Amino acid sequence: MLSAQANPGQHFWHLPIDASKHGPALDQHLLLNLWIALALLTLAHIILFAGLAFRRRASRPIHKATLEYLPLAALTILFAFLSVRAQHLWATQRYTDASLEAMQVEVTGMQFAWYFRYPGHDATFGNTKLSLVAPGEGNPLGIDPHDPHSADDIVTSQLVLPAGREVDLTLLSQDVIHGFSVPEMRLKQNALPGQTAHIHFTPTVPGTYAILCTQLCGLGHYRMTATMLILPLDKFAIWLQHHEIRP
Amino acid sequence: MSATHHRTVGLGYIAISVVAVIFGTILSLLMRLHLSWPAWPLPIHGLILPEEYLALVTMHGTIMLFFVLTVAPQSGFGNLILPAQIGSRSMAFPRLNATSMWLTAIALATLVAAFFVPQGAPISGWTAYPPLSASALAGPGQGTGMDFWLAAIALFAIASTASAINALTTIVKLRGDGMTWQRLPLTVWGWFTAALLSVIAFSVLLAALAMLFCDRHLHTGFFLPAQDLINATLLQHHGDGSPLLWLHLFWFFGHPEVYIAILPGMGLTSMVLANFARRRVFAYRLMIATTLLIGFLGILVWGHHMFVAGLNPFAGSAFAISTMAIALPSAAKVLSWLATIWRSRPQFTTPMLFALGFVSLFITGGLTGPILAQPILDEYLHNTFFVVAHFHLIMAMAGVFGLLCATYYWFPLIFHRQLSERLGKWHFWLTIFGAYATFLPMHLTGLAGEPRQYSQLNGIPGPATTLLATTTDLQLHITVSAFFLACAQLPFLYNLIATMLAPSTSPENPWSATTMEWSPADLLTTHRGSCHYFDDGINFTPQWQPGATPAPPPE
Repeated sequence: MLSAQANPGQHFWHLPIDASKHGPALDQHLLLNLWIALALLTLAHIILFAGLAFRRRASRPIHKATLEYLPLAALTILFAFLSVRAQHLWATQRYTDASLEAMQVEVTGMQFAWYFRYPGHDATFGNTKLSLVAPGEGNPLGIDPHDPHSADDIVTSQLVLPAGREVDLTLLSQDVIHGFSVPEMRLKQNALPGQTAHIHFTPTVPGTYAILCTQLCGLGHYRMTATMLILPLDKFAIWLQHHEIRP
Repeated sequence: MSATHHRTVGLGYIAISVVAVIFGTILSLLMRLHLSWPAWPLPIHGLILPEEYLALVTMHGTIMLFFVLTVAPQSGFGNLILPAQIGSRSMAFPRLNATSMWLTAIALATLVAAFFVPQGAPISGWTAYPPLSASALAGPGQGTGMDFWLAAIALFAIASTASAINALTTIVKLRGDGMTWQRLPLTVWGWFTAALLSVIAFSVLLAALAMLFCDRHLHTGFFLPAQDLINATLLQHHGDGSPLLWLHLFWFFGHPEVYIAILPGMGLTSMVLANFARRRVFAYRLMIATTLLIGFLGILVWGHHMFVAGLNPFAGSAFAISTMAIALPSAAKVLSWLATIWRSRPQFTTPMLFALGFVSLFITGGLTGPILAQPILDEYLHNTFFVVAHFHLIMAMAGVFGLLCATYYWFPLIFHRQLSERLGKWHFWLTIFGAYATFLPMHLTGLAGEPRQYSQLNGIPGPATTLLATTTDLQLHITVSAFFLACAQLPFLYNLIATMLAPSTSPENPWSATTMEWSPADLLTTHRGSCHYFDDGINFTPQWQPGATPAPPPE
């Protein structure tokens, strides 16, 4: 589970710890890309400096096509290889929905806070209406009290999740575009007003992680952060029990 | 010179850019000061508030992108040099040309005026995503300030479209005798492709700006969902639109825009490297083709700004492929530059140094492009400082090196004086050192997780502070380097002033260049392609010299 920590490139490139199931493969591909970029950067500059330093030759017998098209062909193969690997990872994460057993949590962004809603015992979220939004009265999401599914919904300002279980996040915004980002989970997806977005992942390492807003959303953009708390399964069960609302 | 003479108009554009670049640089330095010392009060003004920081971000980006990187290479040097380089005495529409320049000046004045309206300048960044940009309720500066921004950019779009039509017509209709398409210098191909892109991109931007204006003032809902609650108020408007539509329209403009900024510099780099290496440009026809291909692919890649914006993931895959594809003509350009100077023992004049600097920065900034083109990696890197590092190296720094190269190279042509080579070399070495010292570490702070547009990196409640604290040392390094980079421009400023005050001394063709702009005034007929240099590194056959063309040395 903690295999990503063993990667020496992680430190060199300043990457934070990696606490999700899809993270290590993403990191491995990212580091491969970074090392290749660094190598090509070095190579190009060596050629540049060598070309400037070496003595002039009477003529250049090298064939033009070889000089121009051979490196281009090599780069094409390299970029194609990286693309295919990246598309594979992207498809694994995004082309399929979360499994049916995945835990459902709704994430709502608003200037300048994140709220998290768990569906409770009935496994169904109650209806919300923007006209019912009243943060001062304890209803920041505008949950409709007349909907029978609403009664057991749990609303928190901290995203608490069990380690090792897949989570399906439903992302919403009430006002402007926000960016839901958890660097240590290698996760980012915008939350838009008027439409829902889904992102699914499996946290693996228990701990406390930063949720950031990564889409400029107004003057409090920088402080639109929240905490993601990953608990071992047993501790999560206790947390849930404490927060459950019995109808 | 009359007010509609292309040189007058060109100098007018350059003046706009000089004002803009000084102003935009000061804004960026204030941003860096605030990030490193958030508690430091700005003299007279006091503490920089979060919304004021975002106003700095917004105005820095808007001013630099539009009024420096678009205006100076395309309209400024385009007007100064383009007609002479194709054997023409003027631009096609001189009055339209002067009008565009004054419109651009009014646009800049309008934009800067946004700082002085109630609640100040807009805070939604140069990309102005709605609903943040669609309602005055969304934040300070989003009322009158945002309206000024919209007006300024709309004026700019009109002026740029007119200016691009002018450049296209000039290149198509006013080429002098003998100036065939194959004989056009690569700078002209750069201006031509950038003008084509301008016509397509700025017209779409203008339409998007008009729609956003309607959403703001006429209760339409192009970019707003049926229900939107901003600042505890439900917006009153008709229709059920989507902010994603703005992202599509904006980036359909925005991505070609960055190629508009860099294509003239790419063309100039090819020509200047050949000039001082005393060689032909390696694979000249392929360079024409890659210029056009970069332009064409440039309009097919806008979705790579939207991988995590709510796009269908299959669309992400498609845009990833078109974006990867653009790396190939770009790599072909780099190969041509490297091959052109390979073992040429070039003359290291100041313009040559800046052209070499352009190559270096283009490589460094370009290599992170294919990384960001992969949606799964962009998921981690999107809107972090890694992206900021990428576009500042490849667009801002390479773009500015292109402009400095152009200034040193064409100064004798325009002012009949030569800038001091000694000061020029100091300027180059200090600037390239400062550029790398400022922007390379941003890759690392971005990889560590630092998001863009955060007005504060410490003191945020929760684990975010712990995460962002890992970048503190690098932040200070970046701030100091940014000030170093700005100060490195002082020898240049001194050089400009001292040279302008000195009597004119420069010979007619000090760089032994072959292209038409250096021809004696009455010779407008082109007799051959550019870059006919002898193998001895001294003699050359310029485009304007009549008679047979000596067989060129093998490439």
